[in-house]
Order: sequence, then C-alpha cells, then structure tokens
Amino acid sequence: MSAEIVRLWLVAPLLIPLASAVLLLASGRWPRIQRGLSLAGVVALLAVNVWLFTRVLDGGILTLQVGDWPAPFGITLVVDLLSASLLVTASLVGVCVNLYSLTDPEVQREGFTFHPLFQFQMMGVCGIFITGDLFNFYVWLEVTLVASFVLLVMGGRRGQVRSAVQYLALNILSSTLFLCAIAILYGEAGTLNMAHLAERLWLGEEAAAGPAVTVVAGLFILALGIKAALFPLYFWLPAAYPNPTFAVSALFAGLLTKVGVYGLLRLFTLVFVQEVAVTHGVLWGVALLTMLSGTLGALAQRELRHLLSYQVIGHMGFMVLGLGLYTVAGLAAAVFYLVHDMLVKTALFLVAGLVRRLRGTNQLAELGGLYRDAPGTAVLFLVVGLSLAGLPPFSGFFAKLAVVMAALGSGDYLGAAVALAADLLTLLAVAMIWNRVFWQPLPADARGERGEPTRLEMVSVGVLALAILGLGLGAGPALLLAERIAGQLLAPDAYIQAVLGEG
Amino acid sequence: MQILVAALIGGCFACAFYLLLRRSLQRVLFGLVLLGHGANLLVFTAAGLVRDRVPIIAEGAKQLSDPHPDPLPQALILTAVVINFAITAFALVLAHRSHVLTGFDTLEEEDERSDD
Repeated sequence: MSAEIVRLWLVAPLLIPLASAVLLLASGRWPRIQRGLSLAGVVALLAVNVWLFTRVLDGGILTLQVGDWPAPFGITLVVDLLSASLLVTASLVGVCVNLYSLTDPEVQREGFTFHPLFQFQMMGVCGIFITGDLFNFYVWLEVTLVASFVLLVMGGRRGQVRSAVQYLALNILSSTLFLCAIAILYGEAGTLNMAHLAERLWLGEEAAAGPAVTVVAGLFILALGIKAALFPLYFWLPAAYPNPTFAVSALFAGLLTKVGVYGLLRLFTLVFVQEVAVTHGVLWGVALLTMLSGTLGALAQRELRHLLSYQVIGHMGFMVLGLGLYTVAGLAAAVFYLVHDMLVKTALFLVAGLVRRLRGTNQLAELGGLYRDAPGTAVLFLVVGLSLAGLPPFSGFFAKLAVVMAALGSGDYLGAAVALAADLLTLLAVAMIWNRVFWQPLPADARGERGEPTRLEMVSVGVLALAILGLGLGAGPALLLAERIAGQLLAPDAYIQAVLGEG
Repeated sequence: MQILVAALIGGCFACAFYLLLRRSLQRVLFGLVLLGHGANLLVFTAAGLVRDRVPIIAEGAKQLSDPHPDPLPQALILTAVVINFAITAFALVLAHRSHVLTGFDTLEEEDERSDD
C-alpha cells in the first residue's frame, strides 16, 4: 500500500466508532442486531489500531493533514508510538467492556442508549490520542465528556443523578480552564498546532517564551489535573465512579482519567519545557500527594467500587511521578504504567461487577466465601489484584519497578520512598479485598440476591487478565518499546519534522 | 478597550466562581453559564482586539490589509459556544431530574453508600 493511502487510514479510528454509533442509533429497535454491530465496530477499531501500531513501529510517525490544509493552518492528525500504543490499549479495553456489556441486564434495559454512547466515547478517546492540534484536543475532550455525562446517569437512579451533578460541574470547570489556557497560549504564541507551538516556544531559532507561558502551563496542569483526578482535585471521582452500571465504570476507570495523563504527557514533553524546574516540580509534588492520598483513602472504604475508585486516584500518581522526573527512564516508566493501568483498572471494575452478580451487593461487610463458591472469579481477581499490588510476574511489578528505578536513577529518594509506601498500601487494600470478599466465610446476615456471571462476562475479564499476564511476561520488550517512546518524547524533532516537514 | 474587556472577563469569572461555590444547584448552573461566557470572551480578546474591521480579503487584493482582526479565535469561539450550549442544556435537564428525584435544590452528600 502506498504511503498516501496508509496516511488516509489515520481517520479510521475516528470514523469507525462514528459510523458504528450512527448505525446503532438507527438499529435501536432490534437489540440483537445492535449488540452485534456494536461489538463488530469496536473489534474493527481494535484491528485498525493494531495495524496502525505495526505501521508506526516499522515506518515511523504517521501524519495526515486533514482536508489537505498545510500543517500549522489546518488540523493535523499524528500517530507516533505513544499514540499508537494507547490507541491499541484503549480499543482492547473497549472490546472487553463491550463483551461484558452484552449480557449485562442493566445495559440491556438501557440498550438503546448504551451502545451508541459507548461508541462516541471511544471516538472521543481515539480523537484525543490522535490529534496534533490543541483546540482539536479540547473538542475531543468535550466529545468524551458529553458521552460520559449520559453514560453516568444511564438508569437514572437517585445516587447516580446526585453524583453526576458533581461530576458535571467539576468537569465543565476543568474544560473551561482548558479553553482559557488555550486562549492565552494562542495570544502568546499565535498557533495551536502542538508541533508548531514547540517550535515557536522553545525549539526554533526565534523561540521566545515569556513568563506568561509558564502561567499557562500552570493552567493546563490545573485543567488536566482535574481530568486525571490528581491531588487535591480528585473528589469528583469517588463520587462518580461507584454509581453507574459496571460496564460504564470499567470504561471510565480504564479510559477517562488516563486521557488526562496522556494530555499531561504530551504537553509537558512537547510544548511546556521552558521551565522544567517549576512545571515538572509541581507535577512531581502533586504526584507524591496523589499516590499517598489515593491509596490511604482506599483503606477507609467499605464498598468495593469506592475502594477501587481511590485506587484509581492513587495510581495516577505513579504515572505523573514518572513525568515529573522528566528523564528517559521516568517517561518510559510513565508510559508503561499508563498501558498497564488502563488494563488493570478496567479489569478490577469488571471483577467488581462479577462479585456483584454473584452476591447481589458490593458492601465488603456482606461479602465472603467466594473462593469456595466461585473459584473462577477468585482466580481472575487474584491475577488482576496482584498486578495492581505489583507482584511478579504480573505487569504491575514491572511498572512499579520501572517507576522506582527511575526515581532512584535521578537521585529522587523521596519519590522512590513514597512510591514504595503507596505500593505497600495498595497491597494492603488488595489483601483486604481478598480476605473480605473471597477468603473469609460468608457472614450469616448476608442478604444479597445471588446469581451467576454469564460466560461472556467471565471471558471479557479473562481476556484482560491474559493481557495483563502477557504484559508482565513480555515486560522486557515492552519496556524497551516504552524507552523508545520516551526517547521520541524527549527529542521531539522527529515529531515536529513529521508534522511541519512537508508543509 | 482591551482593559475594559479584560475587566468584564474578570467580572464574569468572579461572579461565576462565587455562584459555583453556592449550595443551590440553580446558582451552580448560572455559575457554569457565566464561566463559559468568560472563557469565550477570553478567547476573543487574547489574540488582540481590532475595531471596525472584518477579516475578509478585499476584492482584487491578495491578502488582508492591516490592521485586521484574527479570524481564527472567532472560529474557535463558534465551536466553543456550540459545545457550551449543548452542555448547558444537558446540565439543565440533569438539575431538573435531580430536583424531581430528591425534592431538593442543593448539592449535599447525604450518605456514602451507593444505592443498590
């Protein structure tokens, strides 16, 4: 296939979910067809993303100038190794959540709304990973956000609506701050193409970034910090994530906060590196506090999904710590951790769904005995939970090892110590879940309605568990790839060349 | 002119944050609307204000004659306004729903347990 045609395929990760969503809206009356189409759409998305990934791996960064408008004027779609690996991971998460949702009765009741919105959500996330333009990034962020609003309140229970209001208010605030930051940045630099911004602000010959740029960087940290649920702006997350359907919380846990981290990774390696001591110093401090507050908060929870929500927060800190170090090792660790975390968090929330199905509740005090009654679910939890806690041979071990080694490598003993402490607290939380839910006998006053998870639900979590195991066993090559990505991020010449070169 | 608009944006943000910190859901919503207006005005102003000119290339000319306003922020605002409109509409429906379900117009936590 010629290079021109390969380029055109860059719109596929946006068009496939869009086309699926439109078809799904049209086929809402026939639930079977709708479900089949939805699964087919997301599987096609995965296939295209894997193909794009292999292309980028061999041939370098792919770009498409949309509408053939030359680079800084039009919107550029860019897929480098970071974007490609995240696209693959996100669509894998999408496939598993979709598989899980197929037999979820709560989703079936809302079938008409769930599947189209799911596709819009995937489209927004892919758009964020793929765009090379800051304003376009904002637009995709909003696409993701609007879809997530509706998914969050799907079902319309009281608790959902309440938590949705908080989620909505804080996320609109974050988006507005993001827009303000874009406005000021445009006033300063006169461009919004990220590669062009890098050239105007610090790489080019006439680069002159004023102090205002550092202020804007702060604004971006604030806006993306809310999205990524970083300390002290994470309070919306434990309020929102435990309430929607399990498939929806798993999707959110796997994709939404990670989008914020991706934004930070991209902007703070490509655009805002004029005052690394200030900007990355702030990120470093925020990362440590996030790790501690998230993992400590988890221990105080009495409900499974609340506990996992705090774990989501805590582990955002590990990735941001890697970014805050701003070394090849640190960024490689952050990227590897990001991929690992997307898989693990989705799997954990799906396991919570299995537990709920088996026992009719997620209150830790009313659970027990699942090791005997449902050994399959227990094994799945063990794989995912041990990976979360960072035990070998699962992916979490290597992810955490990479973060700690990176911190030690740059002489940051405090960071390494906090990461290890947070990891210990995570292990405690996992042990607590294992004891309460699986090991100890079922309390006599348990009153939940019992059921059996369907085969599809088990398969969907099983696929994720296999992916986690695979990422752990193949950690050597995966970390090498992460180092290559980190190298690309730290030396953005190739990225800028790819975007602006032929313009 | 720039100073005046800047003060206006500041006023928008100040009122918006004051309203956002209120208990009543209605006020929070008004806060979000004002916040959106402030941000749009900021986009409009950040690239510089030029009075009485439109960014349209005159007939026969090859490029815009100076001084001319920057057309890009106007396009950005247009996008942002549409998004804002949609989100505000959704927020209103959500607030209404919340009012119907709970009977309150406030945002307080009552209990930590998600209702199963």
